[in-house]
Amino acid sequence: MQEPSIPDIVQLIPLKSYLILSTALFVIGILGVLIRRNAIVIFMSVELMLNSVNLILIAFSSYKSDPSAQVFVFFIMAVAAAEVAVGLAIIVMIYRNTRTIDVGFLNKLKG
Amino acid sequence: MPITLLILIPLLPLIGFLINGTGFRHIPKGAVGLIGSLAALGSFAASVAVLFAFKEGGSQPIVVSLFDWIRVGELNIPFSFQIDQLSLLMLMIITGVGSLIHIYSIGYMKHDPGFGKFFSFLNLFLFFMLLLVLGSNYVIMFIGWEGVGLCSYLLIGFWNKNTDFNNAARKAFIMNRVGDLGFLLGIFMIMNAFGTVEYTEVFRQATGLPVGDHVVFAITMLLFVGAMGKSAQIPLYTWLPDAMAGPTPVSALIHAATMVTAGIYMVIRSNVLYTLAPQTLEIVAVVGAVTALFAASIGLLQNDIKKVLAYSTVSQLGYMFLGLGVMAYSASMFHVITHAFFKALLFLGAGSVIHAMSDEQDIRFMGGLRKKLPITFITFAIATWAIAGLPPFAGFFSKDEILAHAFEHNKLLWGVGLLGSAMTSFYMFRLLFLTFFGSFRGTPEQAHHLHESPASMTIPLVILAILSALGGLIGVPEALGGTHQLAEFMSPLFDAARQANPEAFGALALSHSEEYILMGVSVGVALIAAVVAYGMYISKSAVPAPESEARTGVENVVYHKYYIDELYDTVFVKPMKTLSVLLVSFGEFFIDLFVEGTGKLVKGLANLGRQTQTGSIAYYVFAMVIGIVVMLFWNLLLK
Repeated sequence: MQEPSIPDIVQLIPLKSYLILSTALFVIGILGVLIRRNAIVIFMSVELMLNSVNLILIAFSSYKSDPSAQVFVFFIMAVAAAEVAVGLAIIVMIYRNTRTIDVGFLNKLKG
Repeated sequence: MPITLLILIPLLPLIGFLINGTGFRHIPKGAVGLIGSLAALGSFAASVAVLFAFKEGGSQPIVVSLFDWIRVGELNIPFSFQIDQLSLLMLMIITGVGSLIHIYSIGYMKHDPGFGKFFSFLNLFLFFMLLLVLGSNYVIMFIGWEGVGLCSYLLIGFWNKNTDFNNAARKAFIMNRVGDLGFLLGIFMIMNAFGTVEYTEVFRQATGLPVGDHVVFAITMLLFVGAMGKSAQIPLYTWLPDAMAGPTPVSALIHAATMVTAGIYMVIRSNVLYTLAPQTLEIVAVVGAVTALFAASIGLLQNDIKKVLAYSTVSQLGYMFLGLGVMAYSASMFHVITHAFFKALLFLGAGSVIHAMSDEQDIRFMGGLRKKLPITFITFAIATWAIAGLPPFAGFFSKDEILAHAFEHNKLLWGVGLLGSAMTSFYMFRLLFLTFFGSFRGTPEQAHHLHESPASMTIPLVILAILSALGGLIGVPEALGGTHQLAEFMSPLFDAARQANPEAFGALALSHSEEYILMGVSVGVALIAAVVAYGMYISKSAVPAPESEARTGVENVVYHKYYIDELYDTVFVKPMKTLSVLLVSFGEFFIDLFVEGTGKLVKGLANLGRQTQTGSIAYYVFAMVIGIVVMLFWNLLLK
């Protein structure tokens, strides 16, 4: 089986940079989830974390010339779209019931 | 002999118990009484048939084995019945008197809400009592022994909404346990010594033992402890007067005619063993004589009609044990029979009086009842005459025979018995005079309500009165021109004992003239006591002092039953209670410490864990992230 070649354009940027970028994005996402109280911002942060992972998958896939990771990413994007639909619907319902989207207000899970 | 007929005897009351016991809420009252009484009557008919079959079959003892019950190693205890002279006599008393009392109860308990319950208990009692006398070994006797104790408990506490009655029931049960322990140990010793509990086998082996054997002495003493409890002898007699809390037919059937004579039955059944242990017999005689005198003296001052009869029962049982102690086994059995007649009659008569008096039992508030309750009066008078030992009624023959044997054996015992006999005559005539003579001392409503009892109650009274009057004729002594059929009938029972200890069974050595003198003395003493009672309670129309009046000296002590109940309370009951309270608090401290400590520990830990659940999502996410970071560090750096 012939070894697929890596496009040169991808080689211009080293793999390390991709990793740093996606790690930075992931940490920004975590910090966003931890620090912000607005549900929509938290939600966006979660999406950021999700996509930082996608970025890593794509980067490795390109460097290794293995397309299976790219298939995975498509799946993740499809599922994430569905998740966004549900998540946003929940946030809308929360807003309708409580007139706020401050997560600090939603502490009813207290044991 | 048809075995089915024999099995029917205990089976019928059991069936009656099952029908009435399971269905008494649904069966109409009329049917309940009918089923209960028919079960008893059917059992009586079967007993009579068995008696005739036994006589036709040559009067040989028969052991009918029903099935193998316990088989452990060498020990084999079959479930079998033994038919001989003794069990037949007991069968006749139990089913005969039992049937009459069942019929009487239909009238007496008519207005009671527990009518069905009452009849089922009575039938259950008959079943166990029949098992007791029919069993062919000590273990089956013990089943019956415990069963009648249970029924006695249930029926004393029959009106279980009254705490006093419940306490009386518990007292009877617990006191009987003391005796039962002795009986049980006796059975164990028999197993140990003879390797079997079958009567025939035990007695066959026992005839080979020497007189005064230590093991036999221990066995007989232990068995006698059992008899003391069941037959209410000193020191275990105090439950019987309290047992009068039960309905009156129960007092008549269980606490006068049948159950309390189980101890005497057992001693006569074990006559071979007792004959081999003269020391035990000596103790039996002394206990019997002392009980006879002691209980009679308490009876002198009692004012509750049933309490008088209860002490009288204890006293008469004492006579029976006196008879056993001087080896007058058949005379004791004779007294068991006559006593069953006249004491059942006395109790049923007392029941009739109580029924008419709207549940009044104090003779100080009675009087003059003979005009309103003529049948009850006449039958009660006959029974009084009989128990006082005046000829020609039943009690005269049986009591005199016991006293004659006692005289022959030991003059002192005879003297004690004679004194008790005088007291018996006095308190019985006192009871008769205070209840039926003089003027009425109750309330006007009671006077208005006075009535003779219904036929279902008076017919048993009349039948028992006839038996009390004529019952003595089965044992007319030779001195009076009779042949003593009872003694002749029972004679084969004592063959083994005669063989084991020939000297003890000498014929009555008294000459006829001596017997006449003894009879004259005891009749004279009884008559004098009766006349004294007449003088006090009719001529002077004295009425016992009311409760509130202070009594002094001896009278006070006797009136309070020698403070025996109080003594037992201080010596046994109170220390036991203190000990149990102590143990309870001790146990509660340690066990609660452990059990509750475990619970508290879990609760405290849970409370700590609960603090981490703040409900803030940010906190949870933070914890999660920290956790992930820690795991990453662990996996990547530390490994």
